[in-house]
Formats: sequence, structure tokens, C-alpha cells
Amino acid sequence: MTDPERLETIMSRYEGVAADLIPVLQDIQDDCNYLPKDALKIVAGRLNVPLTQVYSVATFYKGFSLEPRGVHHVQVCRGTTCHLHGGTRLQEGVIRRLGIEPGQTTPDGQFSLEQVKCVGKCGAAPVLAVGEDYFGEVGVDGVTKILRTYRKPK
Amino acid sequence: MSKIEFPLVTRNLGAIDPESLEAYAAVGGYASLKRALTEMTSEAVLEAVDKSGLRGRGGGGFPTGRKWRFCREAPGEQKFIICNGSEGDPGAFLDRAVMEGDPHAIVEGMALGAYAIGAGQGFIYVGHEYPLAATRLRQAITAAREQGFLGEKILGTPFSFDIQVRRGAGAYVCGEETALINFIQGNIGEPRNRPPYPPQKGLWGQPTIINNVETWANVPVIINKGAEWFAAIGTKDSKGTKVFSVAGRVKKPGIVEVPMGTPLRQVIFDLGGGIKKDREFKAVITSGPGGGVLPKQFLDIPVEFESFQAAGGNLGSGSMVVMDDGCCMVDVARYFLEFSHEESCGKCTPCREGTKQLLKILTEITKGNGTEEDLGLMEELCATMAAASLCGLGQSAVNPVLSTLKYFREEYEAHVREKKCPALVCRPLLKYTVDPETCTGCLACLRECQVGAITGDVEEPQEIDQELCVKCGMCHAVCKFDAVKVES
Ligand SMILES: Cc1cc2nc3c(=O)[nH]c(=O)nc-3n(C[C@H](O)[C@H](O)[C@H](O)COP(=O)(O)O)c2cc1C
Ligand code: FES
Repeated sequence: MTDPERLETIMSRYEGVAADLIPVLQDIQDDCNYLPKDALKIVAGRLNVPLTQVYSVATFYKGFSLEPRGVHHVQVCRGTTCHLHGGTRLQEGVIRRLGIEPGQTTPDGQFSLEQVKCVGKCGAAPVLAVGEDYFGEVGVDGVTKILRTYRKPK
Repeated sequence: MSKIEFPLVTRNLGAIDPESLEAYAAVGGYASLKRALTEMTSEAVLEAVDKSGLRGRGGGGFPTGRKWRFCREAPGEQKFIICNGSEGDPGAFLDRAVMEGDPHAIVEGMALGAYAIGAGQGFIYVGHEYPLAATRLRQAITAAREQGFLGEKILGTPFSFDIQVRRGAGAYVCGEETALINFIQGNIGEPRNRPPYPPQKGLWGQPTIINNVETWANVPVIINKGAEWFAAIGTKDSKGTKVFSVAGRVKKPGIVEVPMGTPLRQVIFDLGGGIKKDREFKAVITSGPGGGVLPKQFLDIPVEFESFQAAGGNLGSGSMVVMDDGCCMVDVARYFLEFSHEESCGKCTPCREGTKQLLKILTEITKGNGTEEDLGLMEELCATMAAASLCGLGQSAVNPVLSTLKYFREEYEAHVREKKCPALVCRPLLKYTVDPETCTGCLACLRECQVGAITGDVEEPQEIDQELCVKCGMCHAVCKFDAVKVES
């Protein structure tokens, strides 16, 4: 469920025309970490855009997620240089340790995983990011240590 | 800085505070805009860009002045300009560096362009992965507005122009100009047939020019130094400089800017520092998923549009990813096809199905299931895709395949005939063993093995069960003693 007040704050930044659809959805995604269904309905009404159009946009772009993302969003770089420096193996190592595939969130809601293209830190390939923190030259055996620092202590 | 370098577009990177308009103004920033608005007609600005010989840095190399003139002369109620900061190539990071490091140069370039063609509104499209670039550009726009460089009646003249930043939502195809227009209009990023080209019918059906970040950042320099000065740099048909992001197996990855015409070798070996661990240079892939590979016989070609095109490469996005003898060309082609297949918007059949089939064939080859006929089949498929795809994504997705087939055919043949991967990359074709002499029995590999293929006691040499081994290479990656051997 979306907090109506926060949705109002977002809507108030825009004129309320069809071209605002993507920026509005981006703000909601940033605010909630995903696009809640009820919010999509409200947005469709307010921007006067068919709900089908809202869904087609929300599912076309990888930056949107219809499911809540994890507290820590893990990104594995799949750029060209990282690929040449063992990016595939790194990704497999992360998948195995988190137990989820790219696009999914762990059942406890702590981690979600995404593969991204070059994050511009090719000099340190292969690169892994957790939230805003970047880690370079990550070996498969380094993944556990990195993830451990983000896990909530029980 | 090395003598080969010639920083025009990158002149302010790291040298000024990108969050300060004053810092940009202190190094001559906005002087071009002031001069243009007070001393030059809009036609004179267009003329200067035209005469400078500037060509688009976003891929096609289309003459910028010509594009602007089409737009200026096209009938329309209003006109728009767009800065393309998508930078979707997964090996490029030069546009990002400019957007983050010198955002005012882009704002000033766009204001000059808007003046030249008579546009009132501009948009900057920033790739999804670049939140900092979007923030910096927004700050720059706000500051420029406060100082009267954007908004109503700029610097007290009748010219009004403003810019909005649009953050991408994660789709490579949105770098294509007609898909980008759809994005800004709030739709899914599907390209459409051209003509009509955006300078005739662009945003909301109005005349629109779209230029790349680097193209825009060149504009204030041209107005400041003059068209002749600019045209004196570079080669006959490629004027000015080119920025590259050099990465891959080089010692000094980073961003470099050289005059057009500089030998490719200097970019890779002098500026890029040469190959890591002094291994052998194998090829450089330029322009990523839409580009081609250039093997070592092309190291002495000049960097410019024509010579790259003739060699089967593409100056395009300005990315250079350097590969050494440990990189497999079949794997590289497969990697790019996987990218193009995932990013294909699915609207046209040649691209949607073509990338799928190419990826399937390449994957089978890397598994040792390919045949010689597959190579010919891929060439046929590529020809169809190049001719029949709706947009540049499908048309150019074939380049990594065609160029590797052309220059590294023997590597494909080793995969299909002998079922070997000479570079030791394609997993199913590899064999991992433990050298009992060097193995210390530390069990690092045993712990990492997913399938329980490794057995052995502590402090005893380990053994890999070839039946169980899935060749993931994890054991090789974690062995600190180099005891895991790999062969093909
Ligand atoms: C699939 C595809 C992706 C593209 N990506 C980009 C990009 O990331 N950045 C860019 O400037 N141009 C990109 N282009 C080229 C644009 O369509 C357009 O030609 C360019 O922005 C024009 O600017 P220029 O004249 O300054 O080069 C892409 C084209 C295609 C077909
Ligand atoms: S390819 Fe991973 S950071 Fe550039």
C-alpha cells in the first residue's frame, strides 16, 4: 500500500500530463523501492493515461520493479571489461550465496540482486555494488565477506 | 599529461569544481554564449558549427551543422533539442565523465544550439546507471537559470530557452533517437521507421535535434576558438578530437582525448599503458555491441570515422575494450549477442528473432556443439538482420559476429572442428585437473566446488572427478598455489 501523502508530494512536482508518466514512476520507485499496484492506478487516473499504458511502461523498463526490492540492492557488473575479468563467475558466486536470481529478492527482504552494465569502474573489474558502495577486483571467495557486513545481526 | 593528448571536451575534467558555475565561468565558461547572443546572429552560430566540420560523436558521425540546418529550416510551431546521454554501450564511460565532470559545458552547448535553430525547450536524457550525472546536470541547470544563462530572455536578449533532465529507466534501445523521443513522451522505448527524421518530425511531431554529450560539449569550444581553429585539428573528414574510454586488459584504463588521426597504437599502448602483464595484444573492440573487433594488423590506422569503418570497426560510442590472448573471440561475440538479445525491444522480427538465433548458435559453438555449417548460417542471418532490422540495434548487433568471423575464423574452427577453446575460456571445452605436486591440500577448492567433484583429505593432493565437474572454474579461481590446471 502506498502512503497517500507521499504520493501527493510526488504528484505535486508535476504538471500532471501524460509525458510525466515515467518521471512520476521513477519517483515512486525511488520512494518505495518498487511500484505498488494501488499507486499505479492512482497515477493512471491523475495523468489521464490508460492503466494498460502504465503497466506497459512499468514492465518495459528494467529500472522499475513491481515487487519490493531488498533493503540492500546488490548489483553485479556485467559490462564488457568485467566480463573479460571473470564477471560471470562473480555473478554465479553471488547468486549462490544469496540463493536468488537477478531480479529477485531474498525471502527475508534483506537483499535483491540485479545485473547492470558497466558501472564505469572498469579499472577495478570485476565490480560488485551493494547500495551505493562499490567493490572492485572481487574474487569469488571475497563475496561472502562483503555480504556479511550488510546482513542484519540476529 | 602526455603530448599525444589534446583535451578540448575533457579540458575541465578534474580541473574545476563541477558543482560551481563560478568555477566554470572562471575558465572562460559561458563566454561563448554571451558572445553569440550579443555579437552573432543565429545563422552565424550555425555557420560556425557547419564550417568547423564537427560530426556527431554518438555513433553515426553525421555532420552536426547539416543536421542543425535541416531542423532550422523545417516548419514547426516550436522546436526542441535533446542531449543524448544514454551511453548504453556496456564498455563506455566517457559521456558519463563529461556529464559528471563538466555539466555546464553541455548546458552552454545546448543553449548555443537552441539559439542557432530557434528552439525553446531542451531535454537531457541521462542513462539509468548514472544518478550522479543527472544530479550534477540538474544543479548546473538551476545555477545557469539563476545567473540568467537559461530561462526567459537570456542575458537580456529576446532569446528564451530552458532545459529539463530526464533520467533513463533502463533500456539500451532508448539511446536510439526515435526510441528516445518515445521515452520523453512517456511511452515505451520502441524505435520507429525513419524518415521522417527527427529534425523534421521529432518530439511531439515537432522539429528536433538530437546530439550526443560529446558533440554538445564541443560546441562552446567551436564558438570560442572559431571554426577555422577547430577544423585545423584532425584529418580531412574527421575534425577535432575524439574522447575514448580505454578499458579491458590494459595497464592504465581511463579516459583519453586525442586529435582525430592519432594512430590507434598510441591510444592503446602509450595512453592505455599497453597490455596487462605484458601479454600479447589480440584485438580491440570498439563501440561495444554495435561495433566490431580490430585485430593487430589495424594497430596503425588513424582514429577517425573513415579508417575505422573501412577496417570493420566503428568509432561510434568511443569505447575501446582491449583484449589479450586470454580472451576468446567466440565468447566475446556470444557476450555481445546476449546483450543485444536482452535489449532488443522486440518490435521488429529480424532483430528479435535474429539476435535469438545468433545467440543460440554461438552458445552451442561455445559448448562444442557447433558445426562448420553454423558459421555460414550465421553470416546469412547477419546479412538479413543488417538489411531488414528496423533500427540500428538490430542492424549493428551483427558487427561483433561478422568481424570476429572475418578476423578470427580459425578460432571458430577450433571450436567447431576440434572442440577446443584455444584461449581457455569456453567452459564446456575445458578440462580441470589438480597437480598433485603443487597442491597443498588447503581445501579451498573443495569448499568452493558446487557439485562435490573435488575429493581429498586435508594436506593431501585433491582430485577432480571429471564426470561430476561442471567446469565452472571456481577451484582454479580460488587456488592460491596455482595447483589447479586447465587445458582444452
Ligand atoms: C541501439 C542504439 C543505441 C544508441 N545509443 C546511443 C547512445 O548511448 N548515445 C548516443 O549519443 N547515441 C546513441 N545512438 C545514436 C543515436 O540514435 C543518435 O544517432 C545520436 O545520438 C545522434 O547524435 P550525434 O549526431 O551527436 O552523434 C544509438 C543508436 C542506436 C541504434
Ligand atoms: S565493465 Fe564493469 S565496471 Fe566497466
